[in-house]
Amino acid sequence: MTDLQIERQWTTRLRKRVEGTFPPEKMLPDTQPSYVASWIYVFGVLTLAALVMVIATGCLLAIMGPTWWHVSGVGHFINSTHLWSVEVFFFAMVIHLWGKYFMAAWRGGRSMTWVTGAVTFLTSIGAAFTGYLSQTNFDGQWIATQAKDGINATGAGSVFNVLNLGQMLMWHIILLPLVALGLTVGHVLLVRKRGVVPPFADVSEKVSA
Amino acid sequence: MVHPEQFAALFNLSHPGHFISWGVLQVSYGNAVVIVLMVAAFVAALLIPFPGHDKEDK
Repeated sequence: MTDLQIERQWTTRLRKRVEGTFPPEKMLPDTQPSYVASWIYVFGVLTLAALVMVIATGCLLAIMGPTWWHVSGVGHFINSTHLWSVEVFFFAMVIHLWGKYFMAAWRGGRSMTWVTGAVTFLTSIGAAFTGYLSQTNFDGQWIATQAKDGINATGAGSVFNVLNLGQMLMWHIILLPLVALGLTVGHVLLVRKRGVVPPFADVSEKVSA
Repeated sequence: MVHPEQFAALFNLSHPGHFISWGVLQVSYGNAVVIVLMVAAFVAALLIPFPGHDKEDK
Protein backbone atom coordinates (compact mmCIF):
# COMPACT_ATOMS: atom_id res chain seq x y z
CA MET A 1 0.00 0.00 0.00
CA THR A 2 1.42 3.40 -1.01
CA ASP A 3 1.68 6.42 1.30
CA LEU A 4 -0.96 8.19 -0.82
CA GLN A 5 -3.39 5.31 -0.39
CA ILE A 6 -2.78 5.36 3.38
CA GLU A 7 -3.38 9.12 3.47
CA ARG A 8 -6.71 8.65 1.66
CA GLN A 9 -8.02 5.98 4.04
CA TRP A 10 -11.05 7.12 6.05
CA THR A 11 -9.42 5.86 9.24
CA THR A 12 -6.31 7.99 8.61
CA ARG A 13 -8.33 11.07 7.74
CA LEU A 14 -10.66 10.64 10.72
CA ARG A 15 -7.74 10.11 13.14
CA LYS A 16 -5.96 13.24 11.91
CA ARG A 17 -9.15 15.27 12.14
CA VAL A 18 -9.82 14.10 15.71
CA GLU A 19 -6.18 14.74 16.70
CA GLY A 20 -6.38 18.25 15.23
CA THR A 21 -9.74 19.13 16.78
CA PHE A 22 -9.27 17.49 20.18
CA PRO A 23 -5.57 17.42 21.11
CA PRO A 24 -4.93 15.82 24.55
CA GLU A 25 -4.06 19.18 26.16
CA LYS A 26 -7.52 20.47 25.17
CA MET A 27 -9.37 17.33 26.24
CA LEU A 28 -7.74 17.24 29.70
CA PRO A 29 -6.30 20.73 30.29
CA ASP A 30 -3.90 21.43 33.17
CA THR A 31 -5.32 24.88 33.96
CA GLN A 32 -8.39 26.99 33.30
CA PRO A 33 -8.68 30.79 32.86
CA SER A 34 -8.88 32.72 36.15
CA TYR A 35 -12.51 33.76 35.49
CA VAL A 36 -13.56 30.10 35.80
CA ALA A 37 -12.85 30.35 39.56
CA SER A 38 -16.49 31.10 40.38
CA TRP A 39 -19.26 29.01 41.90
CA ILE A 40 -21.44 29.60 38.82
CA TYR A 41 -19.11 27.30 36.82
CA VAL A 42 -19.69 24.47 39.30
CA PHE A 43 -23.26 23.84 38.18
CA GLY A 44 -22.29 22.39 34.79
CA VAL A 45 -20.15 19.68 36.33
CA LEU A 46 -22.75 19.18 39.07
CA THR A 47 -25.26 18.45 36.30
CA LEU A 48 -22.85 15.88 34.85
CA ALA A 49 -22.32 14.27 38.27
CA ALA A 50 -26.08 14.00 38.76
CA LEU A 51 -26.40 12.47 35.27
CA VAL A 52 -23.85 9.79 36.21
CA MET A 53 -25.95 8.94 39.29
CA VAL A 54 -29.16 8.90 37.20
CA ILE A 55 -27.63 6.46 34.72
CA ALA A 56 -26.03 4.24 37.40
CA THR A 57 -29.25 3.89 39.43
CA GLY A 58 -31.26 3.55 36.22
CA CYS A 59 -29.05 0.62 35.15
CA LEU A 60 -29.69 -1.09 38.52
CA LEU A 61 -33.43 -0.56 38.11
CA ALA A 62 -33.23 -1.94 34.56
CA ILE A 63 -31.45 -5.08 35.81
CA MET A 64 -34.07 -5.78 38.50
CA GLY A 65 -37.14 -4.62 36.57
CA PRO A 66 -39.63 -1.73 36.81
CA THR A 67 -41.69 -3.27 39.66
CA TRP A 68 -38.69 -4.23 41.86
CA TRP A 69 -39.00 -1.14 44.01
CA HIS A 70 -42.56 -2.11 45.04
CA VAL A 71 -41.39 -5.27 46.84
CA SER A 72 -37.86 -4.52 48.06
CA GLY A 73 -36.46 -1.99 50.53
CA VAL A 74 -33.20 -1.89 48.54
CA GLY A 75 -35.20 -1.43 45.35
CA HIS A 76 -37.11 1.44 46.95
CA PHE A 77 -33.82 3.07 48.01
CA ILE A 78 -32.39 2.76 44.48
CA ASN A 79 -35.63 4.07 42.97
CA SER A 80 -35.59 7.05 45.35
CA THR A 81 -31.91 7.71 44.56
CA HIS A 82 -32.85 7.66 40.87
CA LEU A 83 -35.60 10.23 41.50
CA TRP A 84 -33.49 12.54 43.67
CA SER A 85 -30.58 12.37 41.21
CA VAL A 86 -33.01 13.64 38.58
CA GLU A 87 -34.10 16.44 40.94
CA VAL A 88 -30.46 17.49 41.44
CA PHE A 89 -29.85 17.12 37.68
CA PHE A 90 -32.62 19.56 36.75
CA PHE A 91 -31.87 21.90 39.67
CA ALA A 92 -28.22 22.22 38.62
CA MET A 93 -29.00 22.30 34.90
CA VAL A 94 -31.45 25.21 35.24
CA ILE A 95 -28.89 27.28 37.22
CA HIS A 96 -26.24 26.32 34.62
CA LEU A 97 -28.68 27.52 31.93
CA TRP A 98 -29.31 30.85 33.71
CA GLY A 99 -25.59 31.41 34.18
CA LYS A 100 -24.80 30.70 30.53
CA TYR A 101 -27.72 32.82 29.33
CA PHE A 102 -26.51 35.91 31.20
CA MET A 103 -22.93 35.24 30.03
CA ALA A 104 -24.27 35.02 26.43
CA ALA A 105 -22.27 31.81 26.24
CA TRP A 106 -22.98 31.40 22.51
CA ARG A 107 -20.36 34.10 21.75
CA GLY A 108 -17.09 33.30 19.99
CA GLY A 109 -18.31 30.52 17.73
CA ARG A 110 -20.01 28.67 20.57
CA SER A 111 -23.52 28.61 19.05
CA MET A 112 -23.55 24.81 18.71
CA THR A 113 -22.47 24.48 22.35
CA TRP A 114 -25.53 26.52 23.34
CA VAL A 115 -27.84 24.62 20.95
CA THR A 116 -26.70 21.15 22.08
CA GLY A 117 -27.22 22.23 25.70
CA ALA A 118 -30.71 23.56 25.00
CA VAL A 119 -31.74 20.42 23.07
CA THR A 120 -30.32 18.22 25.85
CA PHE A 121 -32.52 20.15 28.29
CA LEU A 122 -35.62 19.52 26.16
CA THR A 123 -34.71 15.83 25.71
CA SER A 124 -34.24 15.49 29.46
CA ILE A 125 -37.75 16.82 30.05
CA GLY A 126 -39.06 14.03 27.80
CA ALA A 127 -36.91 11.48 29.63
CA ALA A 128 -38.22 12.67 33.01
CA PHE A 129 -41.81 12.64 31.74
CA THR A 130 -41.58 9.05 30.47
CA GLY A 131 -39.92 8.15 33.79
CA TYR A 132 -42.98 9.36 35.69
CA LEU A 133 -45.11 7.27 33.30
CA SER A 134 -42.95 4.19 34.03
CA GLN A 135 -43.45 4.16 37.80
CA THR A 136 -45.96 1.26 37.55
CA ASN A 137 -48.21 2.85 40.19
CA PHE A 138 -51.37 4.97 40.38
CA ASP A 139 -49.31 8.17 40.08
CA GLY A 140 -47.94 7.01 36.73
CA GLN A 141 -51.45 6.07 35.54
CA TRP A 142 -52.83 9.43 36.70
CA ILE A 143 -50.13 11.37 34.85
CA ALA A 144 -50.73 9.28 31.71
CA THR A 145 -54.47 9.96 31.71
CA GLN A 146 -53.86 13.67 32.31
CA ALA A 147 -51.27 13.86 29.50
CA LYS A 148 -53.02 11.81 26.82
CA ASP A 149 -55.42 14.54 25.65
CA GLY A 150 -52.65 17.10 25.30
CA ILE A 151 -50.41 14.65 23.42
CA ASN A 152 -53.31 13.52 21.21
CA ALA A 153 -54.19 17.15 20.43
CA THR A 154 -50.73 17.58 18.87
CA GLY A 155 -51.28 14.53 16.63
CA ALA A 156 -48.30 12.74 18.19
CA GLY A 157 -50.59 10.32 20.04
CA SER A 158 -50.69 7.98 17.02
CA VAL A 159 -46.99 7.14 17.48
CA PHE A 160 -46.46 8.21 21.11
CA ASN A 161 -49.15 6.63 23.27
CA VAL A 162 -48.66 7.69 26.89
CA LEU A 163 -51.13 4.98 28.01
CA ASN A 164 -48.82 2.26 26.58
CA LEU A 165 -46.53 1.42 29.52
CA GLY A 166 -44.21 -0.80 27.46
CA GLN A 167 -43.70 1.91 24.85
CA MET A 168 -43.10 4.62 27.47
CA LEU A 169 -40.63 2.38 29.34
CA MET A 170 -38.65 1.80 26.11
CA TRP A 171 -38.58 5.55 25.41
CA HIS A 172 -37.45 6.12 28.98
CA ILE A 173 -34.66 3.56 29.21
CA ILE A 174 -33.36 3.39 25.61
CA LEU A 175 -34.31 6.09 23.12
CA LEU A 176 -34.28 9.27 25.21
CA PRO A 177 -31.20 8.31 27.29
CA LEU A 178 -29.31 7.55 24.05
CA VAL A 179 -30.19 10.97 22.64
CA ALA A 180 -29.52 12.80 25.94
CA LEU A 181 -26.21 11.03 26.49
CA GLY A 182 -25.06 11.58 22.88
CA LEU A 183 -25.93 15.27 23.10
CA THR A 184 -24.19 15.58 26.47
CA VAL A 185 -20.98 14.03 25.10
CA GLY A 186 -21.17 16.38 22.09
CA HIS A 187 -21.84 19.36 24.39
CA VAL A 188 -18.81 18.59 26.59
CA LEU A 189 -16.58 18.01 23.54
CA LEU A 190 -17.65 21.38 22.12
CA VAL A 191 -16.84 23.05 25.47
CA ARG A 192 -13.40 21.42 25.35
CA LYS A 193 -12.91 22.46 21.72
CA ARG A 194 -13.93 26.13 22.10
CA GLY A 195 -13.05 26.60 25.77
CA VAL A 196 -15.15 28.32 28.41
CA VAL A 197 -16.70 31.59 27.24
CA PRO A 198 -14.78 34.63 28.58
CA PRO A 199 -16.53 37.43 30.52
CA PHE A 200 -17.76 40.46 28.56
CA ALA A 201 -14.97 42.65 29.94
CA ASP A 202 -12.28 40.33 28.58
CA VAL A 203 -13.87 40.46 25.12
CA SER A 204 -13.83 44.29 25.07
CA GLU A 205 -10.20 44.27 26.25
CA LYS A 206 -9.25 42.01 23.34
CA VAL A 207 -11.16 44.20 20.86
CA SER A 208 -9.47 47.39 22.09
CA ALA A 209 -6.03 45.75 22.24
CA MET B 1 -37.68 -8.68 54.76
CA VAL B 2 -39.92 -5.81 53.64
CA HIS B 3 -41.38 -3.47 56.24
CA PRO B 4 -44.40 -1.33 55.31
CA GLU B 5 -42.83 1.72 56.95
CA GLN B 6 -40.05 1.58 54.32
CA PHE B 7 -42.63 2.66 51.76
CA ALA B 8 -44.45 5.26 53.84
CA ALA B 9 -44.07 8.98 53.11
CA LEU B 10 -42.31 11.07 55.73
CA PHE B 11 -45.42 13.23 56.11
CA ASN B 12 -49.08 12.93 55.24
CA LEU B 13 -49.63 13.29 51.49
CA SER B 14 -53.28 12.20 51.58
CA HIS B 15 -54.83 15.58 50.85
CA PRO B 16 -55.36 17.83 47.81
CA GLY B 17 -52.27 19.77 46.70
CA HIS B 18 -51.69 23.39 47.74
CA PHE B 19 -51.29 25.88 44.91
CA ILE B 20 -50.38 29.54 44.46
CA SER B 21 -52.61 31.15 41.81
CA TRP B 22 -51.76 34.40 40.04
CA GLY B 23 -54.06 35.08 37.09
CA VAL B 24 -53.53 32.34 34.54
CA LEU B 25 -50.37 31.20 36.35
CA GLN B 26 -50.61 28.41 38.89
CA VAL B 27 -47.76 26.70 40.72
CA SER B 28 -47.75 24.20 43.57
CA TYR B 29 -46.13 25.14 46.88
CA GLY B 30 -43.52 22.43 46.35
CA ASN B 31 -42.50 23.70 42.91
CA ALA B 32 -42.53 27.31 44.15
CA VAL B 33 -40.10 26.37 46.95
CA VAL B 34 -37.77 24.67 44.42
CA ILE B 35 -37.83 27.76 42.16
CA VAL B 36 -37.01 30.03 45.13
CA LEU B 37 -34.14 27.71 46.12
CA MET B 38 -32.77 27.76 42.55
CA VAL B 39 -32.83 31.57 42.46
CA ALA B 40 -31.15 31.65 45.90
CA ALA B 41 -28.43 29.21 44.74
CA PHE B 42 -27.91 31.26 41.55
CA VAL B 43 -27.47 34.52 43.46
CA ALA B 44 -25.23 32.82 46.06
CA ALA B 45 -23.06 31.37 43.28
CA LEU B 46 -22.49 34.88 41.92
CA LEU B 47 -21.78 36.53 45.28
CA ILE B 48 -19.87 33.96 47.34
CA PRO B 49 -16.09 34.02 46.61
CA PHE B 50 -14.65 30.80 45.24
CA PRO B 51 -12.32 29.19 47.83
CA GLY B 52 -8.61 29.35 47.15
CA HIS B 53 -8.99 32.06 44.55
CA ASP B 54 -7.21 35.37 45.18
CA LYS B 55 -8.38 38.23 42.96
CA GLU B 56 -4.85 39.66 43.10
CA ASP B 57 -3.73 36.69 40.98
CA LYS B 58 -5.73 37.91 37.97
